[in-house]
Amino acid sequence: MTTENRSSTIRLNRVTKSFGDVTAVDDLSLEIREGEFLSLLGPSGCGKTTTLRMLGGFEEPTSGSIYFGDVDVTHVPPHRRDVNTVFQSYALFPHMSVADNIAFGLRRKGMSKWDAAGTVADMLTLVDLEGRGDRKPTQLSGGQQQRVALARSLVNHPKLLLLDEPMSALDAKLRKTMQIELKRIQTQVGITFLYVTHDQEEAMTMSDRIVVMNHGRIEGSGSPREVYEHPATEFVATFLGASNLLAGTLETATGEFDVTRHAYGSFRSPRHRTPAGLSGSVKVGVRPEKMALQPAGSPVADSDNSLAGTVIVSTFTGVGNQYLVAAPHGEQFVVYAQNSGQAFAPRSGEDVVMTWPVEHTFVVQPSKAVPAEGDSDD
Amino acid sequence: MTTTTSKSPRLGRLTPYLLGLPAIVWLAVFFVVPLVLMLAKALQECNPATGVCTMSWNFASLSDAWSSSSTIIFRSLGYALAATVIDLVLSFPIAYWIAFYAGRRKNFFLMMLLVPFFVSFVIRTVIWKFLLSSDGLIIHTLQNLHLVSSDYQILGTTFAVVAGLAYNFLPFTALPLYVSLERLNPALLEASHDLYAGRITTFRKIVLPLCAPGIFAAFLLTFIPAFGDYVNQQVLGGFTNTMVGTVIQNLFLVSNDFPGGSALSAIVMGISLIGILAYGRLLGSKSIGDFV
Repeated sequence: MTTENRSSTIRLNRVTKSFGDVTAVDDLSLEIREGEFLSLLGPSGCGKTTTLRMLGGFEEPTSGSIYFGDVDVTHVPPHRRDVNTVFQSYALFPHMSVADNIAFGLRRKGMSKWDAAGTVADMLTLVDLEGRGDRKPTQLSGGQQQRVALARSLVNHPKLLLLDEPMSALDAKLRKTMQIELKRIQTQVGITFLYVTHDQEEAMTMSDRIVVMNHGRIEGSGSPREVYEHPATEFVATFLGASNLLAGTLETATGEFDVTRHAYGSFRSPRHRTPAGLSGSVKVGVRPEKMALQPAGSPVADSDNSLAGTVIVSTFTGVGNQYLVAAPHGEQFVVYAQNSGQAFAPRSGEDVVMTWPVEHTFVVQPSKAVPAEGDSDD
Repeated sequence: MTTTTSKSPRLGRLTPYLLGLPAIVWLAVFFVVPLVLMLAKALQECNPATGVCTMSWNFASLSDAWSSSSTIIFRSLGYALAATVIDLVLSFPIAYWIAFYAGRRKNFFLMMLLVPFFVSFVIRTVIWKFLLSSDGLIIHTLQNLHLVSSDYQILGTTFAVVAGLAYNFLPFTALPLYVSLERLNPALLEASHDLYAGRITTFRKIVLPLCAPGIFAAFLLTFIPAFGDYVNQQVLGGFTNTMVGTVIQNLFLVSNDFPGGSALSAIVMGISLIGILAYGRLLGSKSIGDFV
């Protein structure tokens, strides 16, 4: 709608929020582009919900500022912000009909009852709830309630729609359907979505861009593919999907490859897969699905990294085989092999060589904290 | 459970009634029987000298009681209404604050609301008499500050009676309000703010409608006992502000007019019942059972 891109960007500028001694959000800067579907992903307590609440106006930053375009909205209360929220509990008004719930924002902005009714009907169609306007929220299923909450926010055409783990109350199957539905609606209305979740799959499925948070800071951001393939830190590499990591020392590199020396020798990795400015103590890694197993002692291709080990557990999952392989000093690696009919399928106790292409090897900054997935609030 | 029902299905069906039996007996003996006796007494004629009463179906006692006490009944309704409104206005912020802002100390503050109730109702009221008396702490201080004249008094006035009623029944208002506010999901208030409603609109559109059952319960629990109360008026009031409770008490205990007292009691009860039904219909509250 706005021609000038600059004026509709939402910016958090060095925002910090403390509750007593606890720093929930720590010097965070972030730009949200117009029309994008952005996910804040992280474990409970990482500050993602606090960030959302500051954008909604429910919390004021301890320091830093928030801009909608060029307007500083840091201290603007929620009812004067062009932002709407889909709450985790939906927070539908139980004493109002579905239609009155959806019309609530329009009526507060001074739209007549008559005009609001027409807009509400359109909105009910968009979220696939035609003819349910007269019901009370409690008469609807969880998935329907969620769509009412979505409609109640979207009808106001906010600059930014905040979604606070809206899927957490739905069962797994409905969640999948709603993910696709939500993405469809977002594409249709073109409103900027900020989606807060601890579920990496949810974030991957819907987002244009993912921001991974931990301990109130941004650990990495980019498109789902970028964040997955080029994790910036150990936290991102392990929180988003699984990674096999080995501690090592990044050496002064020669040519187009970086070399990380570790307990068993060294791995090469492409220069562009090492985050800028990283040196010294690092972790070098590879995703399980990029690896392959071959018999011990067999020759390794020149373009591959390799590491010898012993299979501890071999699990057949139907679409593939998952192996747990231990290196001589005990580090464990997960290797995932697709069930494409290839012959070599080692059993537990068998000695093998793990191989993977140098181009899939990445180097990350080690984290001190061990990431833990949780499903409660921040 | 299953063994009981399989052995004796009849006993299983009777279980709820058996469990309810003590309460039913209690209500019958201590509520229904006295109520019927009272209503019967109202229709009897008694010899004041001998105390012997005979049933004469004297319905005139009801109209007599009404015509002699209607002014006092209306006055009592007015006082009770005033006290209830004062209590609602006073206790809403208290209940709201405890429900949303007291945090971990909720129970402490609820306890503080109830602490005065550990002292007998009459003693509390008598202490008010000391406080409000012409040589008491309050008036003395006001006089020393030259804020009131030297012959100023509070005791004996309507103000003292209504203030006493409001004081004594405040927890009956505050607790049901607290319960209904406590149930209010704070996310609803945030959602309302999020949808462009300011504080006042949020209060009007979200808080008040969702608390209506609590307000209804608070109103009844305060208004009805205040309407029939006689202690506050006797201790804090004077001759010009007699309440119906005092009249009933005098009929029974001073003039030994049992039929007259019973008739007036029946009228007071009837008015309360009609009031509750009309009020309930008006508010359309079905959830009063949640609170009373």
